[in-house]
Amino acid sequence: MPTRNLNRDSIRNLNRRSLLQLSAASVALGVAGLPARAQAIDELVIAYNVSLPGWDPTVGPSAVNPTIQGIYQSVFDMFIAQNPDLSFAPGLITEWGWNGDRTKISMTVREGVTWHDGSPFTPEDVVWSLERAANPDTGNPIQFVWSTIGNFSIDGNTITADVLRFDPTLFKWMSFLTGYVLPRAYYEKVGAEGFEAAPVGTGPYMVEKFERNAFVRLKANPAYWGGKPEFETVTIKFVTDAASRVAEIESGNAHVTLEMPYEEYDRLRSGGTLTGTAIPVSDIGMIFLNDIEVMTDPNVRMAAALAIDKQLIVDRLLSGYGVPIDTLQTPDYAAFDPSIKVPHDEAKAIELLAASGYSPENPVKFKIQTTRGFKPKDFEMIQAIVGLWRKVGIEAEIEVYEIAKHFELRGADQLAPAAFYNWGNAVGDPTTSTGFAMFGPSPHSVWDGEDLIAMIGPLWGEADEAKRIEGWKAVDRYIADNALVIPLIQYVQPILAAPGVAVTPHASGALLPALMKRS
Amino acid sequence: MQLFRAVILRLLTMAVTLSGVAVIVFVVIRVVPGNPIAMMLPPGATDEDVAQLTALYGLDKSVFRQFLIWAGGVLQGDFGTSITTRQPVLGLVLGRLPATLELSVMALVIATVIGGFAALTGTRLRGTRSEAAIDVANGMALSVPDFLWGLVLILLFGVLWPVFHISGRVTPSIDLPFTTNFYLFESLVRLRPDLWWDIVSHMLLPALALAIPLAAIIGQVLKQSLKETMHLDYVTLSRTKGYSESHVITREALPNAVLPALTLVGVQFTFLIGGTVIIERLFSYEGLGNMAIDAVINRDLPLIQGIVILFAVIFTGVNLIVDLACAALNPRLRHG
Repeated sequence: MPTRNLNRDSIRNLNRRSLLQLSAASVALGVAGLPARAQAIDELVIAYNVSLPGWDPTVGPSAVNPTIQGIYQSVFDMFIAQNPDLSFAPGLITEWGWNGDRTKISMTVREGVTWHDGSPFTPEDVVWSLERAANPDTGNPIQFVWSTIGNFSIDGNTITADVLRFDPTLFKWMSFLTGYVLPRAYYEKVGAEGFEAAPVGTGPYMVEKFERNAFVRLKANPAYWGGKPEFETVTIKFVTDAASRVAEIESGNAHVTLEMPYEEYDRLRSGGTLTGTAIPVSDIGMIFLNDIEVMTDPNVRMAAALAIDKQLIVDRLLSGYGVPIDTLQTPDYAAFDPSIKVPHDEAKAIELLAASGYSPENPVKFKIQTTRGFKPKDFEMIQAIVGLWRKVGIEAEIEVYEIAKHFELRGADQLAPAAFYNWGNAVGDPTTSTGFAMFGPSPHSVWDGEDLIAMIGPLWGEADEAKRIEGWKAVDRYIADNALVIPLIQYVQPILAAPGVAVTPHASGALLPALMKRS
Repeated sequence: MQLFRAVILRLLTMAVTLSGVAVIVFVVIRVVPGNPIAMMLPPGATDEDVAQLTALYGLDKSVFRQFLIWAGGVLQGDFGTSITTRQPVLGLVLGRLPATLELSVMALVIATVIGGFAALTGTRLRGTRSEAAIDVANGMALSVPDFLWGLVLILLFGVLWPVFHISGRVTPSIDLPFTTNFYLFESLVRLRPDLWWDIVSHMLLPALALAIPLAAIIGQVLKQSLKETMHLDYVTLSRTKGYSESHVITREALPNAVLPALTLVGVQFTFLIGGTVIIERLFSYEGLGNMAIDAVINRDLPLIQGIVILFAVIFTGVNLIVDLACAALNPRLRHG
């Protein structure tokens, strides 16, 4: 938008007519200032569903917030990259692995990479980032993973380290939460506040301007090792209200947006102007069962699981956007076993409840907790499930809670007998889904059965990968056979784009501007 | 002297009120469910990890001890550090305050203009169908909440006829040469109509959404006040002197009728600032209200405390200013 200054004389000479002309011109200027809908897009505008609190991707609550990772991954590189289908790819570390007896790791660092400030990226940056992440004083929430390695040594572009505690998922975490490489020299020079004000990474985009709670403006990194991104400038506006995001894309104020109600997605896509992609992402809806009250009765648990018609819920409530699941693994995950099934069987549910003395006339009663509006149709889904349960002899009382309360109750093992929640697992490893959700001693699990603890325990440190994955599949089968949790659906992420933009969705759910092309 | 004593007394009352607010908000947000540490725990965190993070954020101490530390900091101008942004709370809230103040003032100006115009026109056209139409419009404006007006305005002027921006405070591609966060004010001072218009075109719809219900209230109160004043003897006298009806309303009746509306505007201004919470969210406006919602969702305790204290300062401050303005305008109040 052109700018000009009014000098004192022009102000003095303003009369009614010139004021009207100025107003008209201003209106025209303002209208012209709105982003063009379909013309050649110079500046890509994305209406994003969350706000970015800060720029350090390794500390604080935002470090473990999956929805923000797309912005972090635009500016910073992870140790190991991840393809849109969740498979791993060379990133700043190009080769990685353990030695034979799993006592050491080695990593090869990519050469010829530069930081956004032009300084060279070095193996020292990688070591410093790993040591910083492992330091409990920095407040990295994943410190317990990073502290499993230490005593680093550098030889050329090869890093070796001692394995202090063997964790088979270590390298997977290198493309997951807090697995980012930060610039040692720059960070030490400017400090935490300076880094917050002017973050520097090696990622495909550089931060040009950041207004907290408003937007971030990114410039393409011309020296990016993965090739310069297609769009030179990207503005990510933080539009947290779904209705406002829909208005943004509908009005042409934004070229890309995500996470709108499925009905709106269908309406806008069928309008013919906008294009849409909707793929299943690594985020599932599930019902935690706490082993208290009536949930200690296996008949009640199994009946509750069998009475739910997941496909019906997907079709009727989610407009078909969702994938019914029977374990905590989605088809993209490493330990997915398609042979494990928990089918909808109303008659069997009634029979199981009858065996425990319950019927529609004499229903078993318990409380189910759920969020409302935190995930698409979460409350409505639970309402539908309660309706299905009522038919077989389960009377569940719904309690709506905030997500913050869920975390607190879950951490204290005080969830209701049933509690709805969503679980993300962008690396697709069974430890970060079934493992942490169902292992009794984990603060995220509310199932404390000793039998399950005994099954899961040895898998944490299992060095044989094939044996480890088979072990997790056996755990999932045991969980399904005993209905220790009720997996519901894998979520589908709706993304809408204006003409001229082709979006490649990422199965992790991260919306990455670097994967967007002109079409 | 009497006025000076009254001001000192009000300032002391303000200090007590703010202390009470500080205690209540500090205790309440720690009592309600939702632990910020639980929200940042990754899968697999051990009890040790929980204890480590709890200690890192100072939440391992008793509530009383936490309060003493926080209150001691506040007295020295340190409101603590935000858990989510890891920035000083004072800087964060003062950085966003200008945006909210400008939005609220603009909404107040719009509401006063629309409400005043409706009241004066309704009074001038009393007994006609036009008055009835104004009353109906007033009723509609009052019965629809501000966030719904926001959605209607987004649909009308953002989607169907996209002439105004529907999110943000300023176009991201514009480089602002400002030294303060009072963008609107500074664009005027710097004689930059281009920037001024860009800011106004972002602010107009949220301000209008906030203003419409308030305009209805102002219109109603002012019209009622005018109606009562119009029956007073001095107004009848001015009519017999041959002044036009418009002159009688605006020059004779309005100065006396405006006082109740002024008091109302002052009181409503505080509610207006409270209303910005939802409206700022809807329009993705980077103000204090938007920040407050994020702080609550993330259980960012220091930031919630800072925002609530600032809101309390504004509320009590505005009430003080309104009282002083009323005293200055009304001789009976001025002289006790």
